[in-house]
Amino acid sequence: MTGKTLYDKIWDAHLVKQREDGTALIYIDRHLVHEVTSPQAFEGLRLAGRKPWRAGANYATPDHNVPTTTAERSQGLAGIKDRVSKLQVATLDENCREFGIFELDMNDQRQGILHVVGPEQGVTLPGMTIVCGDSHTSTHGALGALAHGIGTSEVEHVLATQCLMQKKMKNMLVRVDGNLQAGVTAKDVVLAIIGKIGTAGGTGYTIEFAGDVIRSLSVEGRMTICNMAIEAGARAGLIAVDAATLEYIKGRPLAPSGEQWQQAAQAWIQLRSDADAQFDLEVTLQAEHIEPQVTWGTSPEMVAPVSGKVPDPEAEADVSKRSSIEQALQYMGLSGGTNIQDIKLDCVFIGSCTNSRIEDLREAAAIVEGKQVAANVELAMVVPGSGLVKKQAEAEGLDQIFTAAGLQWREPGCSMCLAMNADQLGEGKHCASTSNRNFEGRQGFGGRTHLVSPAMAAAAAIHGHFVDVRKL
Amino acid sequence: MRKYTIEKGVVLPLDRSNVDTDFIIPKQFLKSIRRSGFGVNLFDEHRYLDRGEPDADNSQRPVNPDFVLNQVRYQGASILLARDNFGCGSSREHAPWALEDYGFRVILASSFADIFFNNCFKNGLLPIVLERETIASLFDAVMTTPGYELSVDLAAQLITQADGSTLAFEVDAFRKHCLLNGLDDIALTLEDAEDIRQFEQRWQQLSPWYFTSS
Repeated sequence: MTGKTLYDKIWDAHLVKQREDGTALIYIDRHLVHEVTSPQAFEGLRLAGRKPWRAGANYATPDHNVPTTTAERSQGLAGIKDRVSKLQVATLDENCREFGIFELDMNDQRQGILHVVGPEQGVTLPGMTIVCGDSHTSTHGALGALAHGIGTSEVEHVLATQCLMQKKMKNMLVRVDGNLQAGVTAKDVVLAIIGKIGTAGGTGYTIEFAGDVIRSLSVEGRMTICNMAIEAGARAGLIAVDAATLEYIKGRPLAPSGEQWQQAAQAWIQLRSDADAQFDLEVTLQAEHIEPQVTWGTSPEMVAPVSGKVPDPEAEADVSKRSSIEQALQYMGLSGGTNIQDIKLDCVFIGSCTNSRIEDLREAAAIVEGKQVAANVELAMVVPGSGLVKKQAEAEGLDQIFTAAGLQWREPGCSMCLAMNADQLGEGKHCASTSNRNFEGRQGFGGRTHLVSPAMAAAAAIHGHFVDVRKL
Repeated sequence: MRKYTIEKGVVLPLDRSNVDTDFIIPKQFLKSIRRSGFGVNLFDEHRYLDRGEPDADNSQRPVNPDFVLNQVRYQGASILLARDNFGCGSSREHAPWALEDYGFRVILASSFADIFFNNCFKNGLLPIVLERETIASLFDAVMTTPGYELSVDLAAQLITQADGSTLAFEVDAFRKHCLLNGLDDIALTLEDAEDIRQFEQRWQQLSPWYFTSS
């Protein structure tokens, strides 16, 4: 018998019932809840007269709609100017109260983006199954948990049954070997992976990330990698548990302690693929070849190294790909052959569940320290991932470094990653963003997003155009 | 959920790859706490020339005459023809809600994103994967034939073209069963409540650290 992958192991451990047609009933350990994808699910429960199966398995906080200026935030719900946004946040509060679900309200100091808060609070633990009505739930795979996004019907299903009906995915291994160059980060690695396999490359798979580079990354860096597994088409990304994982979790509020910690840690350290496990697909990247990455188009796979150029559609032989490039360039207001470093920026956004943790903020602060945001950059903002990240950054004086350099220091939330709150990118404006999606209109109607690492975004803020952080 | 029957209707061609969920329904409409009424904002950023808002009177907004949804020949379409990786991006179920609310019942594409694909079945929307070459020939047929219609028979797993020729398609047996019978997934799962309870007890003994609450 061949060995099992990490995905096989977590799947098998949570299998309640296997049906003959291949569908399986899978037990869910944690369900994260936010204001956007849950109201219709709670309404469904109410209409059917159902109660949550295990209220304690759920953990809620509003993140998508919350304002990020201190003036608005300090007023609580009343500070949300948009009537519809306010109702959505208020509805989450009411639903959590009615159904007995734990919620960090919008001004709790632990509040933040769910995918930052979960690991930070020990809500995310290795070997768990974790779901949330948000596709970036894949983030939690960095801790060796099987985590993926679900739609609202499944949010209701998990609330009511603590299970999901699923078909097992295939196994993919993405290995990144070698050593990264200085200035090349987790974000560049995952963008390079997406550039290589495409945004549909992982469709139907759970991706396990492995290799020297993944092992050497901090747990926060691993979260950046798994966060964007969905941008490669895979609902879930996974990384094996190691000493760094355990070190990260120990002492977190909901992590086990004492004797139970010993038992749990012993079980968790086994959470890795067997040496003889078979993957349906294996992809390898060599770290030394990875440069800082910049997306130039309207899909995360439309990415180039910082030393490169925007592609020329005429050079693309495939008709369908050529038309995609043309559509993207038209939207982005770019022409083929432009040097990536000649793209000028109007806006810089440092934040999102991809890159808003303390290490991301340190990385950005180190670049802007003692410098000034370029005159052509109209808005540069830093949005910490949670209240605790904000507090830590302030204790380290990072907020002072940012504001002295001309960047705005905001309150935690999803903010301009998807612009559901007031933080919107203007029409036709180019934004260097540490977020995860460069779709048309994603950061604001007509906005033009370039996905980059925190270091690259910070350097772009100072220079007003993209620069190679390896040369600073 | 309504029971799914044979769907005969006009085919609307959306000639783009990687149509993402922001393209299908922009984020400002996700603020609603209801699950209906999204159809008028389907493909909002391409369908209208201005920026849509949840409270706007959409009948007063300038439409984009070049966008396929606004062309007279495709009015009343219930079958959407698309290319690779349709529905990529977020997990928002507002995307299938908007498509269904507009009147689509079937989506034909060469591939779909996983979460979107799954969400469709929960909402009476049938996503069908066909070979790239088949999709290409359907695009040719739709573009050259005004009023081009197809008939999709889920029970028989057959698509019938105007000339009577048919295309077979694959669909997961369980999902097909649920669509045809309009079944409530939760009620089905709760039939196994005893299995879930037993699993849960065993799991809690084995891994009590997963059962800590705030």
